[in-house]
Amino acid sequence: MERAEELLKLEHVKKAYDGQEVLKDFSLTVHRGEVIVIVGASGCGKSTLLRCINGLEPIQGGRISLQGQVIDGRAKNIADIRQKIGMVFQSYDLFPHKTIMQNTTLAPIKVQKRIRADAEKEAEELLQRVGILDKKDNYPRQLSGGQKQRAAIVRALMMHPEIMLFDEVTAALDPEMVREVLDTMLELARSGMTMLIVTHEMSFAKAVADRVVFLDDGVTVEEGTPEEFFERPKTERAKRFLHTFEFDSVKK
Amino acid sequence: MDWNVIQEYLPLYKEAAVLTLRIGWIGILFAVILGFICAMIQHYRVPILRQITKVYIELFRNTPLLVQLFFIYFGLPKVGLPVSADVCGAAGLALLGGSYMAETFRSGLEAVETVQMESALSLGMKWFQAMRYVVLPQAISISVPAFTANVIFLLKETSVFSAISLMDLMFTAKDLIGLYYKTTESLFLLVVFYLIILLPVSIAASLIERRLRYAGFGN
Repeated sequence: MERAEELLKLEHVKKAYDGQEVLKDFSLTVHRGEVIVIVGASGCGKSTLLRCINGLEPIQGGRISLQGQVIDGRAKNIADIRQKIGMVFQSYDLFPHKTIMQNTTLAPIKVQKRIRADAEKEAEELLQRVGILDKKDNYPRQLSGGQKQRAAIVRALMMHPEIMLFDEVTAALDPEMVREVLDTMLELARSGMTMLIVTHEMSFAKAVADRVVFLDDGVTVEEGTPEEFFERPKTERAKRFLHTFEFDSVKK
Repeated sequence: MDWNVIQEYLPLYKEAAVLTLRIGWIGILFAVILGFICAMIQHYRVPILRQITKVYIELFRNTPLLVQLFFIYFGLPKVGLPVSADVCGAAGLALLGGSYMAETFRSGLEAVETVQMESALSLGMKWFQAMRYVVLPQAISISVPAFTANVIFLLKETSVFSAISLMDLMFTAKDLIGLYYKTTESLFLLVVFYLIILLPVSIAASLIERRLRYAGFGN
């Protein structure tokens, strides 16, 4: 693989809640255009990791930087850095008092001071791309879970981020809606977006990832291409983890 | 009922109603400001100020307005701070109302999920922008029913102003009864004037609430 620009760099990151270590010495470098999927059991620190990258959680050690700029939730420039990091949450978290159009154009207009007409035009194009343009004047509560999640993705994309973070974005969705959201993400990956994805959808991980990071107990246990990780896991812990999914699929 | 008496009394009641409304709205305005500040302090757990506001809220929520007015009206001059009856009435209402409004706004703020703030921040908004465009509009809408109930309650509480010799509606009615013994007419006008003041507020409140329900949230 060609070495593109180093976009996001995590070096020896430590994160603890009330003395309990969630991330222990975690390092990861994301290059431009890469799609990295982070897998691991619940509570292994995956979501915390994304929240730290966005400066929503302070870290107790190490360094996180985007294009060389250190990310610190209390620093003055954090709002500028966050614009470059698009984040999509598990529970969509659209603004319930605003229409889909207002949801997607609020930050571009207020934060980036873009002209309303331009922002709305771009929002329409993106909503069209994810197939919910007809919902632009609806409120979030009038949309299905999958539609809301696609709107949330558009809202994040509107800021023209350098990298997109996805925190178990399909975990709260009905099975038939999972597909439409994953398709949106696949298309985004194809368009060259740099993405960091936390997911439990293993077949999706296989399809979309350039690299898979298996996180367990706050450390990277295994890292590799999807073929390596899913077909020939090296560690016992990864084998056990992957086995739980096979077991699940047998029961269905 | 003597309609001539009523016509004769009408200007006096009008004057009293104006006073009730004037002091009432100033008191409520400051109650809103005070309540909002206290709610923000409570919700964001500002150290020290949080304990102070808590004491203030509990003190004023759990004592009658009449007692509070007596303290302000008769107590402050004793420590060299004489206040006029007008100021005293407005201040008493603001302090009582502030403690109620604080609880109302605080529960509104609490009803907005923290992830709303986080998703606004993650879009690159500054804290104040996230507050202004995302959190507060939701918190305020949620607070509206309790807020309007507070406004109506506070307007009714103005009826104790007569105790510090403010010539409000209650004072006027009591005064006229004492002077001319026209009890029926005086009390009739008293009820009518309170209704004139409060009914529009109640109707406006239920209209606003219905609109908010219609635009209802839910994610």
